[in-house]
Amino acid sequence: MVVEVMDMILWTLYFSFLGAVLVLLLPGRAAKWAALSVAVATLAAAFAGASEYMSVSAQAPWVTLAKSPWIPSLGISWHLAADGISITLVLLTALASVAGVLFSWNVAHRPKEFFALYLTLIGGVYGVFFSVDLFLFMVFYEIAIIPKYFLIAVWGSTRREYGAMKLALYSFIGSALSLAGILAAYAVAGGHTFDLLELASYPFPPQFQYWAFPLVFVGFAILAGMWPFHTWAPTGHVAAPTAASMLLAGVVMKLGAYGCLRVAMPLFPIGLEEWSLFFAGLGVVGIIYGALVALAQTDFKFVIGYSSVSHMGFVILGLMTLNAVGLQGAVMQMFSHGVIAGLLFAVVGRMVYDRTHTRELSELGPMQLYRSMPFVTVVFVLAGLASMGLPGFSGFVAELMIVVGAWRGIPWMAVMAGLGILLAAAYTLRVMQLAFFGYGDNSSENSHSDMSKIDAISWPEKTGAVLLLAASLCVGLRPSLLLDLIAPAMNTPLVQVILKGAGS
Amino acid sequence: MISKTWETLLVVKLLWIIPAIPMLAAGVLALTPRGYRRMAASLAIGSMVLAFLFSCLAFYATMIPLPYSEAWRQSYNVPWFDIGHETVRVGWVLDPLSALMLAMVTFVGTCIFVFSTGYMAEDENFTRFFGFLTLFAGAMLGLIISNSLLLLFICWELVGLASYLLIGFWFHKPSAAAAAKKAFMTTRIGDLGLLIGMVWLYSETGTLLFYDGGFGCLETKALIGLVTPAISGGTLAVTGIALLIFCGAIGKSGQFPLHVWLPDAMEGPTPVSALIHAATMVAAGVFLVGRMLPLMGADMILFSGSSPTLYIVAMVGSFTALFAALIAVAQTDIKRILAYSTVSQLGYMMMAIGVGGYPAAIFHLLTHAFFKALLFLGSGSVIHGCHHEQDIRRMGGIAGSMKITFATYAVGMMALSGVPFFFSGFWSKEAILHAALTWTPSMLPFIFGLCGAFLTAFYMTRMMGYVFFGNYRGDSCHAPHESPATMTVPLVILAVFAVLLGFAGTSFWPWCQSYLTAQRVRFGWEEFLHAWPLTGGSIAMVAAGIGLGWKLYISRPVGGADAPDILETMHPKIYNCLKNKFFVDEFYAATWVRWCGAFASVSDWMERFVWGGMMRGAAFFTACLALLNSETDERVVNGSFDGGCKVLKASSGKLSLFQNGKAQRYLCVIGAAFALLLLALEMGVKL
Repeated sequence: MVVEVMDMILWTLYFSFLGAVLVLLLPGRAAKWAALSVAVATLAAAFAGASEYMSVSAQAPWVTLAKSPWIPSLGISWHLAADGISITLVLLTALASVAGVLFSWNVAHRPKEFFALYLTLIGGVYGVFFSVDLFLFMVFYEIAIIPKYFLIAVWGSTRREYGAMKLALYSFIGSALSLAGILAAYAVAGGHTFDLLELASYPFPPQFQYWAFPLVFVGFAILAGMWPFHTWAPTGHVAAPTAASMLLAGVVMKLGAYGCLRVAMPLFPIGLEEWSLFFAGLGVVGIIYGALVALAQTDFKFVIGYSSVSHMGFVILGLMTLNAVGLQGAVMQMFSHGVIAGLLFAVVGRMVYDRTHTRELSELGPMQLYRSMPFVTVVFVLAGLASMGLPGFSGFVAELMIVVGAWRGIPWMAVMAGLGILLAAAYTLRVMQLAFFGYGDNSSENSHSDMSKIDAISWPEKTGAVLLLAASLCVGLRPSLLLDLIAPAMNTPLVQVILKGAGS
Repeated sequence: MISKTWETLLVVKLLWIIPAIPMLAAGVLALTPRGYRRMAASLAIGSMVLAFLFSCLAFYATMIPLPYSEAWRQSYNVPWFDIGHETVRVGWVLDPLSALMLAMVTFVGTCIFVFSTGYMAEDENFTRFFGFLTLFAGAMLGLIISNSLLLLFICWELVGLASYLLIGFWFHKPSAAAAAKKAFMTTRIGDLGLLIGMVWLYSETGTLLFYDGGFGCLETKALIGLVTPAISGGTLAVTGIALLIFCGAIGKSGQFPLHVWLPDAMEGPTPVSALIHAATMVAAGVFLVGRMLPLMGADMILFSGSSPTLYIVAMVGSFTALFAALIAVAQTDIKRILAYSTVSQLGYMMMAIGVGGYPAAIFHLLTHAFFKALLFLGSGSVIHGCHHEQDIRRMGGIAGSMKITFATYAVGMMALSGVPFFFSGFWSKEAILHAALTWTPSMLPFIFGLCGAFLTAFYMTRMMGYVFFGNYRGDSCHAPHESPATMTVPLVILAVFAVLLGFAGTSFWPWCQSYLTAQRVRFGWEEFLHAWPLTGGSIAMVAAGIGLGWKLYISRPVGGADAPDILETMHPKIYNCLKNKFFVDEFYAATWVRWCGAFASVSDWMERFVWGGMMRGAAFFTACLALLNSETDERVVNGSFDGGCKVLKASSGKLSLFQNGKAQRYLCVIGAAFALLLLALEMGVKL
């Protein structure tokens, strides 16, 4: 059903790609302003789209945005649609992209190319969230990955070629697995359509689903940082420039989780039921394992990188609960982690590293950053509290919902997830004290006086930090802001097939 | 018959204002520059006074529905968010328990806020200090009025956060930073139990509201629903949930085995110790168990009248009461002695709830809040007067120079020790011991309680001897001095209440207990006379404790600052064991903390070598393959191609000789060809 009123949301996609071209045409000095205007415009479009969706979601939780044939001979069409889940992630992407531009304000090396690639990446991400045609989905998926490689390889830091290559290889292996599974499904279903809605309603034989589901699921889950396919994430985050690591943690990892939820799970509900316990277990292992590894890191950014692995474990667990509470919790967690991890990476990469030129905790400690950077300290403390799931921030509601959802299916996994929340407090408090407060009052007078020469925190940084913190707080205090978007999506056929498959 | 006059309904509806006032103040203070000290203090104290006035109004509202024919309880719930078809609601409840707690927290809080203006006067982060204090007060008041386990949990975490921030307020001291982290992590271990218990409760009953017009989780319908599967041989959900929730209380209230954080928390400024780690937040665990009492005791039906949950509560509480009192005997830091004393007294409260003396427990909570806040503030005044000295061995003989502090401290000490008749601690402890004596499942709580009473009297007398009697053993160039009025006035006020409050719950006029259980209070001596043998016994214990303390530490003054404790010379081994707190910290450091570190290292190693190794292995394999390919390319593919090219080039080079553009060569070739053709025709070749 085509609802005419939903026409704002697609502008996010168009603006991004047009913006990428525009940035290339403008002189280099204007690049960041152009990118910021584009990002703000997409944010406005996303908000407008979300409010439009709210007004129609009760009657039509699934809104078709565009549908026309593209390559009819293969059954490929330009089919875009949105529901509450995709709109939530579009909102997240829009927020993260505005913040990312703000935190890249100091990019001086080839800014035109930087922002053009950046906007292309964003556009690819929007495309994935809207695609219903699986071929189109994979096209946008690859569009999102390729700029990533260049952003890291050209503008990155520590072992950037290694990190970029590792990330690109993992991503391509993942998408190759998914594509193989999708092509198999296409062939089994008769080979005349790539349309997700049609494929999802095709009764694939159980024997086929048993092997096709893990293929497609793992393919996407690699990008979501699922243990044990997570190792690209921390190295990639560390190597990436600030904006790229923000997008990587904030948005690109969500692409993987979205692929799991949107493609793998509804296509193969029988396979899903068979494998859900196994993948829930991997999610739980990821939660605990990521937190433990974060506890042992000596590099500030690696701590945040591994905390992402831990938090994305919650998303996997939430998806595998196969009930409405757990699924909504998983989507909430995607949003929450996107905002919080983005902020944490911004603090580490832009605010701290660009000024101190070190990320070693043992070197940061004696600098006593709380004296020279009070604003950054407060932001990091708040972001850290949000990351450890303190009530009032978005992470609490999300993790609580996932634990409730998990308890209904597999109680001991809920307990293990709770243990993960406990460990999150441990590594966050540890890194907070080591990085910002250090010890010893007088031993460090020299480094202290060095630190007084650092640049002040600029307005784009402040704006970006406040934007992300406010997003996390708003959702934490009023979860209905997002849940009212997500809840209608539970009635769409693609989600219903997951919930029904689990017999609930 | 529930009276629903418009005033009371309005009060319940607007109850949220009480926590909102300090919260708002905290918000304003967070944005206040550090220079505005006077404004910060006035705002904080003003918000607390206002909250106190509103609390009094709420307290008054609970007194209206006389006669106490039925439990007076009003709640008001609002939806927070929807998960699909389930609406999560939060709300607030006004009943005797919350009304008493509100009044106590706001009153004690106001006293401590005023005291802080004097105690923290020289601190550069004065404004931030009051910001954190008001944040704490708001969260604590929210915790008290919560009518939903979810809202309670949220406030519970926020008070934990405020506690973390305030313990680590002087974070440049490594010990303070470590103590803050330890406190947060240890209580969070308990909170994990609470979280799981909450999730389990929600899954079983579908609501987290306590009271909801018959549908709350503490109301009969839900409780029957919880117990029913167990009767039919199912899981013991109700016991499991109750024990998990109790885990949260163990963490917050410093019960064994999670008591280790509370003494370390004394690294925070003394007003913080008084407010958070003595009077209010640490009592939240007791409050939680008291609030959830219908659930805690629900498994009673299954076990013919004795609830296993409450049995465990009683045992944990009584063991902690004795255990912490023993440790307190051998400590030398004035605040740590009080901290162990707090742990011990919280144990008493837990024990009281466990043995069925819920009103006694809450009464003791209230009296304890006053006299322990008094003692902590008094110790703050002593520390302030002795120039930030906390070691009681370096004090002594300051009774003369700090008269008000001494007098009020003595009142607090006698209230805590349970000196008969005129001190509040006596009556509340008496009520607890009475409840323990009448509890049938076990006599251990009563015996532990009695021994604890002896020890409490003893260690408090020891402390008095060390601090106020004998000669001053500190730095002689700085004589101790009395504190300013902002500090002594709150002491006097608290001292007055440490005495008067006892008369609200005596055994001949148990107003507080009756009020809590919504009964009409009766005046009569029967109860008092009936309990006389017990009263006599406990008075004897207190007298023995004070007497022994007097004999060892006051009649014979302590020697020098470095002289060993008299108990140490008598029983060095026992004393050493007590002094080292039964080595619990060392045990945890050697086990859990180390294991956690080891797990982290193993995971890190796996990350580097196993997953990283696999990655590198794959990369190496790929590189080898690539090398092989490139060799193949070079030798086989390129080689043959190049070879082919070479042959082609060479042959074409030769062929090109025939096309070098020279006419002679062409004619020559044509001639030769012609000759060959003729020759061939001649030979008879047929064309």
